Amino acid sequence: MDYGRSRKLPTAIKIVIAGGFGAGKTTLVGAVSETKPLRTEEILTDQGLGVDDVSGVEAKRTTTVAMDFGRITIKDEFVLYLFGTPGQERFWFMWDEVAIGSLGAVVLADTRRLADCFPSVDYFERHGIPFVVGVNCFEGATQYALDEVQLALNLGPNVPVTLCDARDRDSCKAVLITLVQHAMKIRAVTADTLVESRTS
Amino acid sequence: MTTDDERWLDEHAGPVVRPYVMTSGRAQPVRGKFDLISVVVATGPVPIAEIGMGPEHLAIVRLCQEPLSVAEIAGYLDLPTGTVRVLLGDLLDKGFVMMQEPEPEIDMRDLRMYEAVLDGLRAL
Ligand SMILES: Nc1nc2c(ncn2[C@@H]2O[C@H](COP(=O)(O)OP(=O)(O)OP(=O)(O)O)[C@@H](O)[C@H]2O)c(=O)[nH]1
Ligand SMILES: [Mg+2]
Repeated sequence: MDYGRSRKLPTAIKIVIAGGFGAGKTTLVGAVSETKPLRTEEILTDQGLGVDDVSGVEAKRTTTVAMDFGRITIKDEFVLYLFGTPGQERFWFMWDEVAIGSLGAVVLADTRRLADCFPSVDYFERHGIPFVVGVNCFEGATQYALDEVQLALNLGPNVPVTLCDARDRDSCKAVLITLVQHAMKIRAVTADTLVESRTS
Repeated sequence: MTTDDERWLDEHAGPVVRPYVMTSGRAQPVRGKFDLISVVVATGPVPIAEIGMGPEHLAIVRLCQEPLSVAEIAGYLDLPTGTVRVLLGDLLDKGFVMMQEPEPEIDMRDLRMYEAVLDGLRAL
């Protein structure tokens, strides 16, 4: 194996998979990942959790927050890492670590509990991170029309909303492609412009 | 079978975990800023033994014979990412691993990147 300095390491790209509790985040990550999804754990102190520490050191507690993630290698040059963010509200600050600098996000919406994904939508809007909404079709769920979801979530007209089945690889692939196209439309510039903006 | 609620408690609000012995209680790496997706690779084969290197250090060098992200190293070794960052700092300091240079800051305006990713996804 080549241990030379010249070795070109792949460039890692983050994609966030968000949505409410049980919306299918882990399922989606597992469906498209080329490896068995892994799990990372962060250990947080009370401080990070925003709990007031009034009784001194003894009261300091830590909590672990887990995130599932998977990877998709793009021709040795790029690696996409898909992070399923913890659904619980008190862990949103954890999102910053994966969301900031990410390519974009997929917000999974469960139509039986559409309101559960409001916070995710808010988060990505507030941070200016491109996102698409994947409406996960659970059995027994009321079939909403996509434009009804768009309306219910109060999304801008340009935010793509698409049906998906988080268990189905092709369906998840299609959602990711929609996201990359959307992010590209919003953010991409040609190489010339890129160089100009860097040198000026 | 565990219910979703039990699973939730275990995995998302787990019990107190004190800093690991393997980092000697250190919370910050001596060197390097390791993002979750910083890519790390070993600079050589696994060393036989080295002062100040624990089994976890060696396990990381073994894993990183192929480039891996910090998140993956943590996932495979089942260690908290904070612990892995500290261990990686030691390894970087001793020259056993290298990190993506320059920093893995990827420009999200780069049209070529989007095209490559789209091609790659379509080809999956
Ligand atoms: N019918 C149907 N079931 C699904 C779909 N996606 C996920 N499920 C099921 O819904 C349950 C929850 O899915 P998960 O992937 O664990 O959801 P999650 O968002 O990771 O959940 P938390 O991490 O606990 O918030 C599992 O039993 C899945 O099998 C889908 O598209 N259709
Ligand atoms: Mg999950």
